[in-house]
Amino acid sequence: MIERLTTNSVVLPKAQRRRTPRRRWAEWVIERGIFLISLSVILMVFLIFAFVAREALPVIFCKTNNARLESQLTEAQITALPADKLAKYLGVTDAELRSYDAGTVRTLIELRAEEVQQTSSPDSRINTTSWSWLLHPRQWVGYDKPEYIWQPVGEIPKYNIIPLFVGSLKATLVALLFSVPLGVGAAIYVSQLAKPSVREILKPVIELLSGIPSVVLGFFALLTLASLLQGLFHCGSRLNAVVAGVALGLTVIPVIFTISEDALTSVPRGYGQAALALGAAPWQVAWQIVLPAALPGVFAACVLGFGRAIGETMIVLMASGNASIMSISAFDSCRTITATIAAELAEVVFGGNHYRILFLLGAMLFAVTFATNLIGDIVVHRLKRRLEGRA
Amino acid sequence: MKLTSLILGVALAATVIVRADDITVKGSDTMVILGQKWAETYMKKNAGTTVQVTGGGSGTGIAALLNGTTDICNSSRSMKPKEVTTFVQQFKVRPHEYKTCLDALSVYVHKSNPIEKLSFPQLEGIFTGKITNWKAIGGPDAPISLYGRENSSGTYEFFKEHVLNKKDFAAATKTMPGTAAVIQGVAKDAAGIGYGGIAYGEGVKSIKVSKTEGGSAIEPKEATVLDGTYPISRYLFNYVSPAKDNGAVADYISWCLSDEGQSVVKDVGYFPLPKNLR
Repeated sequence: MIERLTTNSVVLPKAQRRRTPRRRWAEWVIERGIFLISLSVILMVFLIFAFVAREALPVIFCKTNNARLESQLTEAQITALPADKLAKYLGVTDAELRSYDAGTVRTLIELRAEEVQQTSSPDSRINTTSWSWLLHPRQWVGYDKPEYIWQPVGEIPKYNIIPLFVGSLKATLVALLFSVPLGVGAAIYVSQLAKPSVREILKPVIELLSGIPSVVLGFFALLTLASLLQGLFHCGSRLNAVVAGVALGLTVIPVIFTISEDALTSVPRGYGQAALALGAAPWQVAWQIVLPAALPGVFAACVLGFGRAIGETMIVLMASGNASIMSISAFDSCRTITATIAAELAEVVFGGNHYRILFLLGAMLFAVTFATNLIGDIVVHRLKRRLEGRA
Repeated sequence: MKLTSLILGVALAATVIVRADDITVKGSDTMVILGQKWAETYMKKNAGTTVQVTGGGSGTGIAALLNGTTDICNSSRSMKPKEVTTFVQQFKVRPHEYKTCLDALSVYVHKSNPIEKLSFPQLEGIFTGKITNWKAIGGPDAPISLYGRENSSGTYEFFKEHVLNKKDFAAATKTMPGTAAVIQGVAKDAAGIGYGGIAYGEGVKSIKVSKTEGGSAIEPKEATVLDGTYPISRYLFNYVSPAKDNGAVADYISWCLSDEGQSVVKDVGYFPLPKNLR
């Protein structure tokens, strides 16, 4: 084979004519294969979203209703009910009702009575899964003023998702405030100012941070960081958004650092060298020449860092305190969407309202990260064009 | 003689083969350790039977019972009417319910907290957010910091139903992923208060509880739980589908309720059933 190839390559024109079609064909097959693989990744992302959203569809289109019957019927009233009314009272279809024997129907009537007896609150007539109660505050029985309440388990399940969004954003914001200056600063230092020998050590060590399992970081935050920050700030609540945010920041720093560092290093050397030749100090070069040129990459790093922070689960589950309160103070506890899903999904009734709303939260989280990534991408392209003088 | 022993041997082997049963047990996380200990002890004695115990939570166990993927469901709360209804719709009969042992919850505060006892109305006020400062109930002037469990836990529901009269927990309650985490939180928070199983109460102070304002406050310990005077105690249940409640499964459950099974309960930190309830 090799021999033939070499002999062929000596007699060039003829060989080219004979070999090209077959090679092109093989290349075409490989190319299509790779294309299909990359397509399947995109498909998978869409399928995941579709499956998550499918579970949430009944809530999205207001097909769920957990409002309950007003009054308890007496024995005599129940026996007098026509079959279709009885089926409705028991919450089954007519066909199902016909398939039951008398004993089963009696048991079902007993159970229905127990259920009605247990719910005496006037709030039980409200469909708490409707969009208005998912988003708007309400003065529930026993509360002094209208409030946003996430209490999905109880006599009247309350599914207001606003506190969870506030919680997620609070922890993410703290994480970014902590990690963006550190991550970008470290990237500038390592790529522009550090001596090669220092760089050789710093880079892998910072990237090592991403190798720490988040459950370990969460444990560290719960035990050590929380006490440390409480001693520093004397905050009322030991576990709060700051503790969770700082621990989250530790997972975000390597993401921001790695991508920013790549972006800064890929700025053509000529830019910096030209500035140095004109008498600029290394610091001026880094800050005024290289950083602006690498801005799209640095921005992309921050967007990815945001996605990482808002999607992280274990750390916030352990260190944020998980109280679903509406408070914008970072020193109050917060309950994030991810922690809520992780903590509650295992126990919900499969296919029930709570289950569907958790999937709705998952789909919304997915949409949020998708939108931020998309916006980030658009901004990066705009910036790039502007910096290259094409806009 | 030889023949008799041979027949006996074959018969024994046959029973072993016949009794090569698989029992799956699923449900409450509170009961996982207990369930595994039961299974371990039981399998040592009954070589032919395999008992597999998994957790996931009471709700998960009940869901598994409903779709028939488990033989026994462990639950740290009784089934809700809604769940029984679904069961009846599917199987035409109510599931069999067995009380397997007793568990008690205690209320913990930080070691330095001078409070010794609390009543149910006070606890309700504290955990629903009506009482926000320790001063209001005779403690130091400090805002109360609440620790609780996730709403997926049976402990959460039990406390809500029996102590809070089904009212909502205050939104500011920090929910922790386990009783150990609640204890750890309270142990590090001088103004903290939390609840959890008695079995876990290390490093914090368990307080005495009275059912009514001014009633006699009872200390959480074995004697008071067993004689029923300690007010925050609950049963841990087993649920079985009546169609499956025979043979190996029935044997296993009756063993769990026997003296031998109940001695395992004590090792794990729960309380054996009073004799009249077995």
